[in-house]
Amino acid sequence: MDEARILSVTGNLGYGFPEKSLLEGASRQPHMIGADNGSSDPGPYYLGSGQQLTRREQVRRDLGLSLAAARRLGVPYVIGTAGTAGGRPHLEGFLDILDEVSKRDGHRYRLAAIQAELDKELVKKAVREGRVRPLGPLPELTEQMVDESTRIVGQMGTGPFVNALEAGADVIIAGRACDTAIYASFAAYKGLDMGLAFHMAKIIECGAQCAIPLAANDCILGTLRRDHFELEPMNLDMRLSPTSVAAHMMYEQPDPHHFFEPEGMVDLEASHIVSLDPRRVKVTGSRLVSTGKPTIKLEGVRLRGFRTITIAGMTDPRLIRSVGDVEKRVRDGVARLVQGTLKPEDYELRFIYYGRDGVRPVAPSATVPHEIGVVIEAIAATQQASNMVLSLARSSFLHGYFDGRKATAGNLAFPFSPSDFEGGPVYEFTIYHVMEVDDPDGLFPVEIREVA
Amino acid sequence: MAADAHPLPNARGDRLYDLAEVLRSKNAGPLLITFDVILPDAATYRRVVESEALTPELIARLYDLPAGDVQIMTFEAANAIKITIPRKGPTSGAPGDRDVYGAQQHVPLIDILIP
Repeated sequence: MDEARILSVTGNLGYGFPEKSLLEGASRQPHMIGADNGSSDPGPYYLGSGQQLTRREQVRRDLGLSLAAARRLGVPYVIGTAGTAGGRPHLEGFLDILDEVSKRDGHRYRLAAIQAELDKELVKKAVREGRVRPLGPLPELTEQMVDESTRIVGQMGTGPFVNALEAGADVIIAGRACDTAIYASFAAYKGLDMGLAFHMAKIIECGAQCAIPLAANDCILGTLRRDHFELEPMNLDMRLSPTSVAAHMMYEQPDPHHFFEPEGMVDLEASHIVSLDPRRVKVTGSRLVSTGKPTIKLEGVRLRGFRTITIAGMTDPRLIRSVGDVEKRVRDGVARLVQGTLKPEDYELRFIYYGRDGVRPVAPSATVPHEIGVVIEAIAATQQASNMVLSLARSSFLHGYFDGRKATAGNLAFPFSPSDFEGGPVYEFTIYHVMEVDDPDGLFPVEIREVA
Repeated sequence: MAADAHPLPNARGDRLYDLAEVLRSKNAGPLLITFDVILPDAATYRRVVESEALTPELIARLYDLPAGDVQIMTFEAANAIKITIPRKGPTSGAPGDRDVYGAQQHVPLIDILIP
């Protein structure tokens, strides 16, 4: 094969893409269609809870249209990081939607489902053997941290996808996967240049995010040849320029010149982008450099507790000036009231003041804002306990005393009744490490079945 | 002057906010925040780079970090400068985090003056 035309439907299946763009893409007779469905960007909740960010109705719409296009063309359709986080419940949830859509539309195909959730014992063995290291400012992984985690996934590379393609899969649904692997795997399967393939994949995995105007929820076509690749947005109102494509290589990446995959480092130092016309660019020179032993990136979260919040506003100038005093009294009051039930280390209480320093710290100012908003957050071991802590904090804040108080009926303006909201379980990333493995593909079993 | 007000002509230079076409922050994974400063053309890019105004020491001061934690890279192909720092507090979305996507952390950069 000297040319692989690869259609990326969208940066995240479920965000919604224009049907017209998909039809344009299909008219180019792509050899493969792909879509990403996940990210760690929305935070640790999704990996922990098994929930997905995009709603079933959204995924059903996007999947229905794109699956129909792939089946009409008779080409593989590859989806990575199913259900936002790519763990077992996420993959199962996605397969359930796929099943519904396939029955509804009468599709018949060979399905490959690839699991990415890792057994804790396997990770602990790697920890004992010194094969795991942190990515950035996290502590070294310990067996205890593995045991305390709710769920651990590994990011698969191209190997498991290639295995599925070789098994004749028409539709591939993978758990947690490197975004690039969705598209680069087809190049690996066809024996094309992997430096160019990874670079192209890195760009098109975000849909038309590299285009002008940028849009992750739109389709883009990548055409990979022996010594270059071309890109063209499938929305005919969009353009591409060498600068827009180069700029995209910075997005969410610490280094625009290099990125790392399980297969090695992709080096873009000698990469060159030229404009073919206002809608197309051509890229040459991207290289894949081997980095020795294969590694797999791990993501894991642990449960921190359950959350309850309330939201309210304050506009009395004396109150706004004294809000620190009120908060201190509330903290002391809650500690006193829960004595006997909860120890100080059994709950967390936070006050976020929007309009003051809710997003970023700021030096104290002499001027008093017109109003500020407060979010009070309680986290405790059970939903019931966090509800109670929040309820006490809210009522103490509402009626809290401060020097010079004139508005003695209440300190908070609530926009809602009821005022308190259960946030459910709260997770945090504790594992963001890489693990050396001899057989990375062995971690990600491919299950094949016929859908009829 | 408020941080978002349009500045009066300043003899000492132009604000980075006014020169840049894109000035954004975003997660690069749950542990890092990365800033993209994309300038509209090669001349403006060279002006900002050659001014040497963007130093690890300055970024470290603005974000209250050790200068050794700040990584700055130039990216000529996109007329851009990239700055990456670690998240100081909780990881993305952990209790106490205030910006899960890291998308509103660029503001301390906007008033940097480029001669």
